[in-house]
Amino acid sequence: MSETLPADGLLGWSWLLIALPLAGAAVLLLGGRRTDRWGHLLGTATVAASFVLALLCTIQLAGQDGAPADVELFTFISTGELDVRAGLLFDPLSAVFALLITGVGSLIHVYSVGYMAHDPARRRFFAYLNLFVAAMLLLVLGNSFVALYVGWEGVGLASYLLIAFWYTRPAAATAAKKAFIMNRVGDVGLALAIFVMFAQLGTTSYAGVFGAVGTLAGGTVTALGLLLLLGACGKSGQFPLQAWLPDAMEGPTPVSALIHAATMVTAGVYLIARSAPIYDLTETARAVVLAIGALTLLIGAIAGCAYDDIKKVLAYSTVSQIGYMFLAVGLGPAGYVAGLAHLLAHGFFKAGLFLGAGSVMHAMNDQVDMRRFGGLWRKLPVTFVTFGLGYLALIGFPFLSGYFTKDAIIEAALDRDDVWGWVLGGVAVLGAGLTAFYMTRLMLMTFFGRARWEEGVHPHESPSVMTAPMVVLAIGSVGAGALLVSVFPLSGWLEPVFGEPEEAAHVVAPAVVGLVVTAVMLLGVLAAWLFVGRREVPVTAPVRVSPVTRAARHALYADAVNESLFMRPGQWLTRALVWVDNRGVDGAVNGLAATFGGSSSRLGRAQTGFVRSYALGILGGAVLVAGALLAVTAG
Amino acid sequence: MSDLPLLLLMIVVPAVGAAVVAALPKGRDEVAKQVSLGVSLVVLLLAVLTTVAFDTGGERFQRTSSWTWIADFGVSFALGVDGIALVMLLLIGVLVPVVIGASWNDELPERRSMTAYFAWLLLLEAMMVGVFVATDVFLFYVFFEAMLVPMYFIIGSFGGPRRQYAAVKFFLYSLVGGLIMLAAVIGLYVVSASELGAGTFAFDALRQLEIDPGVQKLLFLGFFIAFAIKAPLVPFHTWLPDSGSEAPIGGSVLLVGVLDKVGTFGFLRYCLPLFPDASRYFAPFVLVLAVVGILYAALLAMGQSDMKRLVSYTSISHFGFIALGIFAFTTEAATGAVLYMVNHGIATGLLFLVVGMLIARGGSRQIGDYGGVAAKAPLLAGVFLIAGLASLALPGTNSFVSEFLVLIGSFPEEPVFTILATVGIILAALYILLMYQRTMHGPARGVLLQEDPAEPAPAGGGATATLAPPRRSLRITDLSRRELAVAAPLVALIIVFGVYPQPLLELIEPAVSATMSDLGGTD
Amino acid sequence: MTLSYYLVLAAILFTIGAVGVLVRRNAIVVFMCVELMLNAVNLTLITFARSTGTVDGQIMALFVMVVAAAEVVVGLAIIMSIYRTRRSASIDDANLLKY
Repeated sequence: MSETLPADGLLGWSWLLIALPLAGAAVLLLGGRRTDRWGHLLGTATVAASFVLALLCTIQLAGQDGAPADVELFTFISTGELDVRAGLLFDPLSAVFALLITGVGSLIHVYSVGYMAHDPARRRFFAYLNLFVAAMLLLVLGNSFVALYVGWEGVGLASYLLIAFWYTRPAAATAAKKAFIMNRVGDVGLALAIFVMFAQLGTTSYAGVFGAVGTLAGGTVTALGLLLLLGACGKSGQFPLQAWLPDAMEGPTPVSALIHAATMVTAGVYLIARSAPIYDLTETARAVVLAIGALTLLIGAIAGCAYDDIKKVLAYSTVSQIGYMFLAVGLGPAGYVAGLAHLLAHGFFKAGLFLGAGSVMHAMNDQVDMRRFGGLWRKLPVTFVTFGLGYLALIGFPFLSGYFTKDAIIEAALDRDDVWGWVLGGVAVLGAGLTAFYMTRLMLMTFFGRARWEEGVHPHESPSVMTAPMVVLAIGSVGAGALLVSVFPLSGWLEPVFGEPEEAAHVVAPAVVGLVVTAVMLLGVLAAWLFVGRREVPVTAPVRVSPVTRAARHALYADAVNESLFMRPGQWLTRALVWVDNRGVDGAVNGLAATFGGSSSRLGRAQTGFVRSYALGILGGAVLVAGALLAVTAG
Repeated sequence: MSDLPLLLLMIVVPAVGAAVVAALPKGRDEVAKQVSLGVSLVVLLLAVLTTVAFDTGGERFQRTSSWTWIADFGVSFALGVDGIALVMLLLIGVLVPVVIGASWNDELPERRSMTAYFAWLLLLEAMMVGVFVATDVFLFYVFFEAMLVPMYFIIGSFGGPRRQYAAVKFFLYSLVGGLIMLAAVIGLYVVSASELGAGTFAFDALRQLEIDPGVQKLLFLGFFIAFAIKAPLVPFHTWLPDSGSEAPIGGSVLLVGVLDKVGTFGFLRYCLPLFPDASRYFAPFVLVLAVVGILYAALLAMGQSDMKRLVSYTSISHFGFIALGIFAFTTEAATGAVLYMVNHGIATGLLFLVVGMLIARGGSRQIGDYGGVAAKAPLLAGVFLIAGLASLALPGTNSFVSEFLVLIGSFPEEPVFTILATVGIILAALYILLMYQRTMHGPARGVLLQEDPAEPAPAGGGATATLAPPRRSLRITDLSRRELAVAAPLVALIIVFGVYPQPLLELIEPAVSATMSDLGGTD
Repeated sequence: MTLSYYLVLAAILFTIGAVGVLVRRNAIVVFMCVELMLNAVNLTLITFARSTGTVDGQIMALFVMVVAAAEVVVGLAIIMSIYRTRRSASIDDANLLKY
């Protein structure tokens, strides 16, 4: 990392980035119904203001050649040897994320104004969205792992609140809880990593940790890397903690777009990229990142092929795409920039796709089953075009953003020039094919073919307040890749963070990679057309299917594994312990009490109430005493 | 102002207040409430004054004063406050007015008079203040035992259906611990008599003693068992779920919020400085109890169907964290543990209060009788969620700071125990969110579907009445202004100390450092 | 004159009294047996006082007589009221004070 400058000028005010949306959330939550009429506008305005501020800050940052600015705020926790300062670090990496969060966040706020127009709790929705933006900004702007952790759990809370937004639905409430708990599992990893840092290095700030990490033993660094990875897996829905993300689609669609596609779930990638100085020292941890990325990429893509719920397909697509990013950042210096570029491009096109899906659902009375769609391109032209552009960007259609960023990752993998490079590259190419398959299937089932609408559904295009953000995002999906690769190269911008990009000696020429990937992608499209587009889509899902399809429909049985490995034994254990505590521990205490009580009442039986027996007792006692006296005086 | 005997006043004012309230004739409930609230606010003011005048860089014990009490045994009525006791005084000062406000319209069993209830509350406050400001071990013991009396009556007279059982259990448990401690207190006196020539109970003199390790172990166990019952640590915990669930809600708040802290306070104030060698000797054993308690109680909390029992079990889990922080023997962890005591009092206090408000509406303690409350009472649900999040130590709430400090401070010394304890934060999320989901989320269920029994039958009666649709979920109303006013200070404290805990830490740290140096600790 | 005659007499009286308390049921008789025991003790006290030439024993005996008189008043009153309610002076019938 390059030398940190004290923040001056506008950068000194960068805490406003977080404070604005936070204040918005506070006003909306505390203001109550009084703010119902203008609450959504305030919510949007604060995020938009944050975006403008982030833009200005970034420009100033560019003016000082990307030298990171450190903003000291106040002493958070200081006792003994622990000294945690609340402070912000505005460097090129956090600038990129701040722009993504506030930019996409503003668009989605605007979209939500229309999407949630008829929801009586719209104010609460905007309050939560603002809360999320504030927490997410804290996550990426904090200058220490503790600040990151605070933001990390803060976005978890916002995600919980938003997934459970329609809390009267049991499915939504359960999905929210599941998301929070699985995130907490990851958080334990992150927390432990922070503990290790403090124990070994005595500090938790980025500057302190990264400056001294080289002095640590190899095993400790690997442990750090793996613990951070656990945290990243939880937040980013990576194997083995991926099962919460598809369920999180119970939340309103703008939430899926903002939190569960564009920003929060990429926090894991941010964490690993931010911790690059740690991962640069541990091949083992990096290999695990690679393995998890590759595995999740395939799991997500396979599951995405089988679902009929449009949002779930997109969710699994997100899981799979984040797998790409993990794969990229796991490659080390060669991949950081590629991974982040893909992250940004993905932020655009996946947010656009989700907003499009929301627009479709809006038109179809909140139907999410693609088997009940079909032929919508005529009715929803704007949605169709924007969604189509996002689709092409995602599958990596030549010269759209996915093409540039995904190819960069595959090239970086192949550049390792060993067996693993070929395996990882192969997996990535295979994933590209699968992506093309499931996305084409989604397109065909939704927009083409015969209309399979339920009775009484009259699709109509969404209002312009919803379509405008979709258009902006579609433009971003088309242009972002080219922009980030050639016009405004991300690698140059991030140079102060990751250092000079090495000129890679390409094992396979980029043009060849591009051709192969495009060919595989076209194969995927063709396969989808053969399977789905050619024939009539049944309104109910076929029951007799191959084991592979069945496994894919159950997302490779991730939930079943979680259930049988953790949930059921946990419930059993809980029940057993409750029994032990009531009967065993408390039973022992009550048993002791009962023993005393019982023996005292038995002894009490000696009190018969007959005066003469008492007299006998007195006499006996007197004789005993006299005898004892005699014995003592005589003896 | 600096000459005012603030500490003595903090004991005397509520005690006199209790006498005044108790002397009020029956039926003067309104006067009793106002007097009690006034008195408790005066105590809060005194606590704040003490804090303002407290010099964090000065002597460890400040505002010391001592009157000879039983000269023959070297017992004196000695008061003094250090940072640890001070934050507890603040906690008492805040919680008692809140509890009185929350109990304003309580329905007491068998139409008992409010005057007696409030008188006991004030007397309890006096005793709790006394136990924290006593700097004479014998005086401490007296307050430690005297505290039981008001709490016994609060549980036994004003509690739920099984209040007698719970009160007797509470009393017996505490008494057993107290008697064992009495033996140790006398033992300590004997040791001091043989070492110093004249026996004394003064804390500052006692902590200079060089006690033989074997004797230390015995005396340590005497104190430890009393405090472990009070805290409570597993396996001395089974009285707490009964007492916590049967006590009236104000009693539960003070029981778990303050009374139990005397146990962990005792670990830090008495066990560690007086018996450093024994503390080191027994530390692994205590840490095992602490970590087992964290996980065991958390799992048990998940299995409860009674909300108040659930919250009681979460407290047992939290006490495990506090004990872990104290017996890890680092300044960071012990500071965190003290902060944890305060934060737990606020967070779990609020959780108990809001659970009590829900129970007052629905008339049932069973989780299964609720569902979808959030739709009917969004404010109640919001406060419930904030209290729950504070209980699961979400960053931004006060509990996070203390739990983080305990864990990060313990990790360098006790990595294995800390890792196990950290797993507890997953379980914390589970038990809180399960309860929240079952009561607040989902469609309306349980009591929300019942007709309001208090609602009079529609006028006109006859055929029209039977035709009218049943009136639904009238009982669950949102928080009243009074309830909001009661909850708001605690919510504010949760957020403020979650974001800016440093003032509290600065109060606590010098006293903790002094304790650690008594221990001959690592730093 | 030896002490032993008096002491033996006192012992015999005391034993008669003690046996009477244990074996008789009639409350009046039990009561009289108690008086017998008290007076046996009085006899002993006076005997020793006489032999040692001090007045302690005599004073003690006076005390016993006063107490015995008071006791007779209370005791007879109790027996009277028991008899009135139960139509019986048997002490075995008055066994309500038990566990």
